[in-house]
Amino acid sequence: MSEDTKRAPLEFRTIASIIEKESSVLDLGCGTGDLLYYLTKTKQINGQGIEIDEEAIYKCVEKGLTVFHTDIESGIDSYPDAGFNYIVMYNSLQQIRQVDRVIEESFRLAERIIIGFPNFAYFTARKDLLLGNSPVTKNLPYQWYDTPNLRFLSIKDFEKFCGGKNYKISDRFFFSENKEIKLFPNLFAQTAVFVISKR
Amino acid sequence: MTKREEQSLEIVETKYFNLGALKLESGAAVNDVVIAYETYGKLNADASNAVYIAHAFSGDAHAAGYRKGDSKPGWWDDMIGPGKAFDTNKYFIICSNVLGGCAGSTGPASINPKTQKPYALDFPVITIGDMVNAQKKLVEFLGIKKLLSAAGGSMGGMQVLQWASAYPDDICSAIPISTAMKHSPQQIAFDEVARQAIMADPKWNNGNYYETGDAPDDGLSIARMIGHITYMSDKSMEEKFSRNRRLTQEGKSYFDVESYLHYKGGSFTKRFDANSYLYITRAMDYFDVSDIKFVKAAKKIDVKFLVISFASDWLYPSYQSEATVKLLKLKGYDTTYIEIKSTYGHDAFLLEFDDETKLIKHFLAKVYDDRKNAPAK
Repeated sequence: MSEDTKRAPLEFRTIASIIEKESSVLDLGCGTGDLLYYLTKTKQINGQGIEIDEEAIYKCVEKGLTVFHTDIESGIDSYPDAGFNYIVMYNSLQQIRQVDRVIEESFRLAERIIIGFPNFAYFTARKDLLLGNSPVTKNLPYQWYDTPNLRFLSIKDFEKFCGGKNYKISDRFFFSENKEIKLFPNLFAQTAVFVISKR
Repeated sequence: MTKREEQSLEIVETKYFNLGALKLESGAAVNDVVIAYETYGKLNADASNAVYIAHAFSGDAHAAGYRKGDSKPGWWDDMIGPGKAFDTNKYFIICSNVLGGCAGSTGPASINPKTQKPYALDFPVITIGDMVNAQKKLVEFLGIKKLLSAAGGSMGGMQVLQWASAYPDDICSAIPISTAMKHSPQQIAFDEVARQAIMADPKWNNGNYYETGDAPDDGLSIARMIGHITYMSDKSMEEKFSRNRRLTQEGKSYFDVESYLHYKGGSFTKRFDANSYLYITRAMDYFDVSDIKFVKAAKKIDVKFLVISFASDWLYPSYQSEATVKLLKLKGYDTTYIEIKSTYGHDAFLLEFDDETKLIKHFLAKVYDDRKNAPAK
């Protein structure tokens, strides 16, 4: 493993452990391409990304990544059926308008979707709400007036969503401060990673 | 000497290649086709570092550096040279004047070997495909089987798309900038108004003006003025001219934008041939790689694309580049796309060289490394 991939966050390492070597991955909302780059280096994936932010695109190209400068909702239509082994949405789900359409479209492209998001029901967020403030946490660092997030979901919300849509959750991981959380994740996990597929 | 000048090339020279007869897509042929070209940097031992630069509508083979006696460098000198996006320390760069052009390559102003007179309208109809076929012969003549990349903006971008369409096995990557798979009716309309301006000039004389020495400069100048309006944006015009006015020595008052267009129109007639204008704009208007012929679907695909557009470009709007990207993605091509924020309009591809450099430098380096590390076939 090279120097720049050694100190990857636990979420990255967990996602890498799910993904098979040399598989093809589309990262929806890939940002500056850190995760894609990590997966390319550690799992030799054939990766691509979609990203809306222009500055982030330069960073991706610098890393040698293939990236499409557009928004997820319109970009996702541009790929062939079953074109990928995995779709990854890492910290982008909460910024999507049509979540259910994007997930359905993702299943057109790949059998497995890996979704990571910050948990809105983390206990300090609950405390904020209890005190009458909108939650601000390490993984939800924005104020109500400048947040790019459109969706505020908890781990429980997401599990209910999958149940309702009849999606199969084949794996789930919960994290706080770079450690895995096993107990009461909806309360104590700051972030979650789910692997879902169709039944 | 500024820092950028230090990075410019040594004195460069335009050369000429006679490729013999060229069969055209129309079925006609042109004999003794001469292509004017320049090269920068050194071709490596296995000829794997060659990049073809395709020029835009009114460009020429002189893309970078200074020729003897030049006061200005080539048209893309900001991008081509030692340490620049197209790094001449690393890559061998080729640029040539298009077939049908008027800057050294065979075109309507050239002498027809059959009549020993300029072709004028006897010059056959040419296409972007014909231009690229001539470029392919030049590239082969230079000892290159497969290009590392083809890059260019506007009509240069069309040639790049044509390279990918016609010779997918002979390029590793393609960088089409500010371009389209086909002209929209709006683009054709602007070209047609320009053509009509030329043909309405009595001096055009059905294309026969070479021997009178009296060319349709008024018509050509108006055509160019229309062009320049489409190359800028509302915002860039505001920034450059606003409503400023100036008095001439004769006491006439002109808006700055008027003087600019007059100057650009006038200077264009000194370097461009009116008949070339007609032939080349036709070639652009007829160009269309938006259908499936773009892609050999079942084949193993290994052309990598970097597609670039600019937000204020209303002549080649971003939606046209996005359409290219979507088609390429659906066909499985490895394609990176970026829309760069800029206020310069269509001219941006010549001006936003800092952003373009950031992208192209890394993109080319990756393509170069991938080619070097690929198992030999």
